[in-house]
Amino acid sequence: MIDTFVLVIATVVAAATPLLLAATGELVVERAGVLNLGVEGMMLIGAVTGFAVTIASGHASLGIPAAALAGAATALVFAVLTLTLMANQVATGLALTIFGIGLSALMGASYVGTPVAPLPKLHLPGLSDLAVVGPLLFGHDALVYLSVALTIAVAWFLKHSHAGLVLRAVGESAESAHSIGHPVIAVRYLACLFGGAMAGLGGAFLSLSYTPMWMEGMTAGRGWIALALVVFGAWRPWRVLAGAYLFGGVTILELHVQGANGIGLPPQVFSMAPYLATVAVLTVISAGKWRGRLNAPASLGKPFRPSV
Amino acid sequence: MTFHISRRTLLAGSTATAATLALPRGARAEGPLKVAYVYVGPIGDHGYSYSHDQGRKAVEVKFADRVKVTYVENVAEGPDSERVIRQLATAGNDLVFATSFGFMNPTIRVAKQFPKVKFEHATGYQKASNVAIYNARFYEGRAVIGTIAGLMSKTGVAGYVASFPIPEVVMGINAFTLAARKVRPDMKVKVIWLNTWYDPGKEADAAKALMDGGADVLVQHVDSPATMQVAESRGAYAFGQASDMARFAPKAHLTALVNDWAPYYLERVKQALDGSWQSGDVWWGLKEGMVKLAPYNPALPENVRAAADKVKADITSGALHPFTGPIKDQKGSLRLADGQRIGDADLLKMDWFVEGVQS
Repeated sequence: MIDTFVLVIATVVAAATPLLLAATGELVVERAGVLNLGVEGMMLIGAVTGFAVTIASGHASLGIPAAALAGAATALVFAVLTLTLMANQVATGLALTIFGIGLSALMGASYVGTPVAPLPKLHLPGLSDLAVVGPLLFGHDALVYLSVALTIAVAWFLKHSHAGLVLRAVGESAESAHSIGHPVIAVRYLACLFGGAMAGLGGAFLSLSYTPMWMEGMTAGRGWIALALVVFGAWRPWRVLAGAYLFGGVTILELHVQGANGIGLPPQVFSMAPYLATVAVLTVISAGKWRGRLNAPASLGKPFRPSV
Repeated sequence: MTFHISRRTLLAGSTATAATLALPRGARAEGPLKVAYVYVGPIGDHGYSYSHDQGRKAVEVKFADRVKVTYVENVAEGPDSERVIRQLATAGNDLVFATSFGFMNPTIRVAKQFPKVKFEHATGYQKASNVAIYNARFYEGRAVIGTIAGLMSKTGVAGYVASFPIPEVVMGINAFTLAARKVRPDMKVKVIWLNTWYDPGKEADAAKALMDGGADVLVQHVDSPATMQVAESRGAYAFGQASDMARFAPKAHLTALVNDWAPYYLERVKQALDGSWQSGDVWWGLKEGMVKLAPYNPALPENVRAAADKVKADITSGALHPFTGPIKDQKGSLRLADGQRIGDADLLKMDWFVEGVQS
């Protein structure tokens, strides 16, 4: 029973990690006032690059940074188009997703059907061997820990660092930030690159750990869930973390309910649950005294052209 | 005198012209035959769409200059597919293969508007004068892998990663379960529905959930090799789907249910070329080679191979029908009396599970 529980939790962690990585990246992008809907495309490009570099070099330790770089490079395209050339962010983001789906399929065509060794689980002598707690906390691969560490770092950065304050100012009111001398466009560029890198890491987790292989369109909509998670988490890193694990947990729970048989609820109810929860959370935080906590960056999605 | 052309007279006129201009059978217009394929997934899925694309390649190789073959992949079932199929018909294709169940209604609708274009729809049940249907008796292969699963399982629980509860999938689950219980009467088959044909992550999650529930043999009716990988990493057995997936799971992969559409595609394209194409209804299986099994895993014990080969040979010869009574349903009531066989019509609308299925 305990063993099963540990295995189930490990599955939930795996389901949540790519969502957490991509959503935390997008959170930073949106807190800087930019809406990048291209998460799905950036994840796919990260997934295929991470996979290809790992196969070519034989080291996932090279594949993972390469995935982040590829994600950032894809985001750079978006940033140039929307920040420098002032293209519409929504349209450009959607185009980026479609572009990413196609480009990743092209890049990955020769890797289809190639297996790769999954990322090794970290083994900490002593800790990993503890009963229950060991496999639960110390039995995952590096990207899982990286995703949590990066979320903590982002939370700290946004709340406690000067640069984080500048980034939030840029997202709340680009004009004000500009008028007191902050480089709005530069900050937004950096935020976009970070978001792309995180999406790339999320993709690499899919192709190197979750299902260690390359398949066209293997993100299967996770980029869109990551976008929803940012809203669900009201643009706060901790809530995004909780949301990612909740989404992951509910998807896995649905499968277990089906496997267990005999529970009266149809599985479709569980498939709907995360989305119902998103709607419910949005309704609650948008209404009445909670309203102030919705926290959407005031300049989100608005292009900014420096007046001087 | 004025001519009044209404939409109706115009249409009537054009139909009449089309009729008089209609070429005699066998005399096709000049130029290569234009053939198009519509796939539900990416051809790189290494599963279902991949297997159809192997068939397309065979057509290209065999007929070379006499055909011009195109394909569209990743076409969502439903309205989007109607747009794609109509586009292909408009583009002057002579023969269109719509390869997924959910393309059925769109194909029928487009076929009405393009009576001269020949359509072929895979795994559906609606026919028209210019829409032929074709399908493979996958359940025959599933009876073979069910036999292997029953003999190889230690826990007596098999896990089934399933896509949509349509007759095609339901009859596969039933054939698998019946065969497994024939060699191991207490065998249980747990089913998880994903409501998608293709989502590697979710397929892997379902496979893990099934193993957590006690399954030590996994079967899938979804398209990616994710289930294979889970079985490999957790020490279970699994069966590939649509193509040989052994490279993803050298230890876990016992055999695979392989679709070989090439013989059918070659024949139909040949008929379209020489003018003998007619609408039809084909349901081929092990005997015709449309359903095959990948080479067994070298580690598969001799007695299991023998049992599997026997089932395969008996189905091929017609001595064995996977759905032969007595068959009880999930609730334990008798559905089919001793010795009776389920007819094709009943198989194609199967909506109940046999005893031993947990869904």
